[in-house]
Amino acid sequence: MLWRKVWLRRLWLRKVWLTAGMVLLCAFPALAEPELVVLPIDRAKFLAGAKFDMEVELRGAKADEIRVLIDGKDAAAFFGAVPRVKKEETLSSSRLDGVAFPKAGAVKVDVEAKAGGKTFTKSVGYSVVGPEKRTAKNVILFVGDGMGLVSRQIARILSKGITQGKYNGYLDMELLNDGLALLNTSGYDSLVTDSANSASAYATGHKSVVNAMGVYEDSNPDPLSHPKVENIAELVRRVAGMSVGVVTTSNITDATPAAMVAHTRRRAEQNFIAGEMLKADVVLGGGSQQFLPQSTPGSRRRDDRNLIEEFRAKGYAFAGTRAELAAARGDKILGLFNLDNMNVYLDREILKGPDVLKGFTDQPTLMEMTKKAIDVLSRNKNGFFLMVEGACIDKQLHVMDWERSAYDTIEFDRAIAVAREFAARDGATLILATADHSHGVSITGTYHEKDGKTGRQAVRTYAASTFPTFRDEDGDGFPENPAPDVTLAIEYANHPDYYEDFKFHKTPVSPAIMSGDVAVANVKRAPNGVFYPGNIPGAESQEVHAADDVPLSAGGPGADHFKGVMDNTEVFFGIVRALGLDPTKNK
Amino acid sequence: MQRFIRAGVLWFPALLIIIITIITIITTISAFSVEAAEKPEVLRFGEMYGEVSSLGIALSDRLRSLENRSVVMEGFMAPPLKPTLDFFVLTRVPMSICPFCSSDADWPYDIVVVYLKEPVTALPFDRPLRVEGRLELGTKVDPATGFVSLVRIYATSLREAK
Repeated sequence: MLWRKVWLRRLWLRKVWLTAGMVLLCAFPALAEPELVVLPIDRAKFLAGAKFDMEVELRGAKADEIRVLIDGKDAAAFFGAVPRVKKEETLSSSRLDGVAFPKAGAVKVDVEAKAGGKTFTKSVGYSVVGPEKRTAKNVILFVGDGMGLVSRQIARILSKGITQGKYNGYLDMELLNDGLALLNTSGYDSLVTDSANSASAYATGHKSVVNAMGVYEDSNPDPLSHPKVENIAELVRRVAGMSVGVVTTSNITDATPAAMVAHTRRRAEQNFIAGEMLKADVVLGGGSQQFLPQSTPGSRRRDDRNLIEEFRAKGYAFAGTRAELAAARGDKILGLFNLDNMNVYLDREILKGPDVLKGFTDQPTLMEMTKKAIDVLSRNKNGFFLMVEGACIDKQLHVMDWERSAYDTIEFDRAIAVAREFAARDGATLILATADHSHGVSITGTYHEKDGKTGRQAVRTYAASTFPTFRDEDGDGFPENPAPDVTLAIEYANHPDYYEDFKFHKTPVSPAIMSGDVAVANVKRAPNGVFYPGNIPGAESQEVHAADDVPLSAGGPGADHFKGVMDNTEVFFGIVRALGLDPTKNK
Repeated sequence: MQRFIRAGVLWFPALLIIIITIITIITTISAFSVEAAEKPEVLRFGEMYGEVSSLGIALSDRLRSLENRSVVMEGFMAPPLKPTLDFFVLTRVPMSICPFCSSDADWPYDIVVVYLKEPVTALPFDRPLRVEGRLELGTKVDPATGFVSLVRIYATSLREAK
C-alpha cells in the first residue's frame, strides 16, 4: 500500500517542481540548462533480437536537430526504422519504436541535439548478448513479494521447527539448491524499489522506476505511451511458441503479475492491465473488480467492458471459486476468486472469520492454483513460462502482521513443493524462488508471558530466547496455532507511530490510521501495548520496503546461471539463457 | 364604490398570500411530523450486502427494504477530499489509507456516502460517528467530484457515537 502514497507525494512534488521549472524556464530561459536524456539508459543490457523503443529527449528546449548515431551509423538507418520526431518549446524528442539489436556485442550510442545555437551531446554504452543452448523446457518463477531472508527463516521456524538449535527440516524453496544468488533490487531512479519496478526487471532485463513496468520513463503524461521493452510473456510466445501463466493471491492486475505482461508507467492503470492479461493462457488470482463492467456493483472499471465475457469469447474457461477451478477444462483458464485481493491463508483456511472473508468462503489455495496452472500449461510441447506470486507476504508486513505474512510464506513454499513434484517427473523444468524486495523485519528473540512479565519485559533475548512452541501436528506444513505460549519476538526496522503488544491479532488491525494527511497510531491494535513513536515520515501509515538484497534459490536445468551476487535484471537473462531464446527468430 | 374596488384589489392578493402561507405551514408541519413519527431503523455495515461473489455484489433484502427510509448508522469518517465538504465517506473501520489522496488506493466495498445539508469541518477520523438520515440506493456520480457511490445517506443529524 505504501508505494501508493510514495508515488503520490512524489507526483505531487514533481508537479510542483515541474510547474516551478516551467515558470522559471519561460521567465529566464538562460537559467535552466536543457537536459539530454537517452532511453534505454547507459549500461542497459539487451538480448539480441528483443524489441524495444529507443527515445532521445531534449528536455527544456526546442531542438533544431537531434542526431542519434549507433556505432557511428545513423540510428534510423541502423535499425531500418522511421523516427517519430517531436519539437515543442520545452521538449523535443526523437523515437524509434519496436527496434532490436541484430547481434551480440558492445554498442556505443552518440547523441547530438542542436537548440538555439547550442549543441548538446551525450554518449551511452549498451551490451548485447546472444542466445545460448536451451537447457530448460519450462521455467517457473516464484516471487514471494517482499519475502526477504528473514521472512524465509520465520516460515522455516513455524513450519519445520527447531530442536536444540538444529532445524527439523528446510523449506522446499531452500531445497532448490542447484543455484543460490543474492539479488540487488534497486531501480534506476531510487535505492528502494517497489513491486512493479522490480518485477519488471525480472520480466524484461531492464531496470525501470517506481510504479513502472516494461517501460523506460520519458516526459509523456500518458502512462501508456512511455518507451517499451519486450517482456518475457511476449518473448516466449513470439520466439518459442510457449504458453504463459500468471498466478497470484493478490489482484491479478497488481504489480508483480502485471509486470509479466503489461507496459505502463503507472501500475495504477489496472483497468488497462486487466485487458493485457489476455497475453497469458492461465490467469489465476483475485481482483475480478477490474474485469466487471462499471454498472455491476463491486466493479472498479471506468467503462462498460465485461472482460470476463471477452476472455470467454477468446476461449478461456472462467472459474470464480475453488470448486469451479477444480472443474475447469481447456487450455486457457481465467480464475478470479475474489473481487479484490484474495484473503490470506490464515483467514481463508484456518480462522475463517465471516467479517474478514466477507462472503468469499470458497477461494482456492496457492498450491491448488499452481497445480492447475502446471496441469494446463504443461500440455504445450513447446514448454511454458509460469510466474507464481505469494503476494500477501508483502501486504501483511506492510500492516505489521508478521504471523499472517508467515503463513502466506509457508503457503508460497507449499506451492513450490507442488512445482518440485512436477519438475521431478518432468526433468526439464527450471524453478526459481526469490523475492522482489525486502522488508525491515528482524527476529530479536522469542516472546512469552509464562513468568508474568508482559510487553517489552517479556521479549526474551540471548539465552532467555528459548525455542518457540509452534506445532504442526497434522503435517500439512502449517502450525495449527498461530499464537502458541512461546512465540517469536519480531521487530520492525521502520514503522509509523503504533502500539506493540507482541501478540497475534485474530482479526486484522491496521497499525495506524489516517487523520487528514497524518498517520496516527491505532490504539485498537494493542490497547495495552507499548507506544512506539514512528521513525518514518508522518504521512506513512504502514511499514515500508527495505533496500536489502534478497536471496534467490534455483533448481533444475539452467540453475547454474544463478550464483553469487547479481543485479535483479540478470534474473531475466538467466531465464532466457536457460530457455535458449533467440528473439532474432520468430516461431 | 371605487374605494371598495380598490380595497378589493388590494385585499385579494394579500388574502391569497396568507392562504398559501397557511397551506405551506400545514404541509411542512405534517411532513415534518410524518418524518418525526418514523423511527429510524438501525442499519449495520454487515447487513448491507447479500450474495457476494467474483461476479459482483448484490444488495441485501434488508438494505433494499430501507430504501428512502430513515436510518441510523455508526461508522468512521474517512479522511475527506477537502477540509470543508458537503459529503464524506462512512466506513466500518477507520481507514489506514486515503483513497481520496491516491487515485489507486481502493475503498472497501462496504462504504456509505453521507451527504450533509451544511458543510462541516473538524470531525474526528478515529472515533465512531452516528449518522441519521434518509437512505438512497443505486449508482450515483457526485457531480462536483466524480465520486461514484452505491449507498448514500442524506443526513439529518450527525454526531459522535456514544
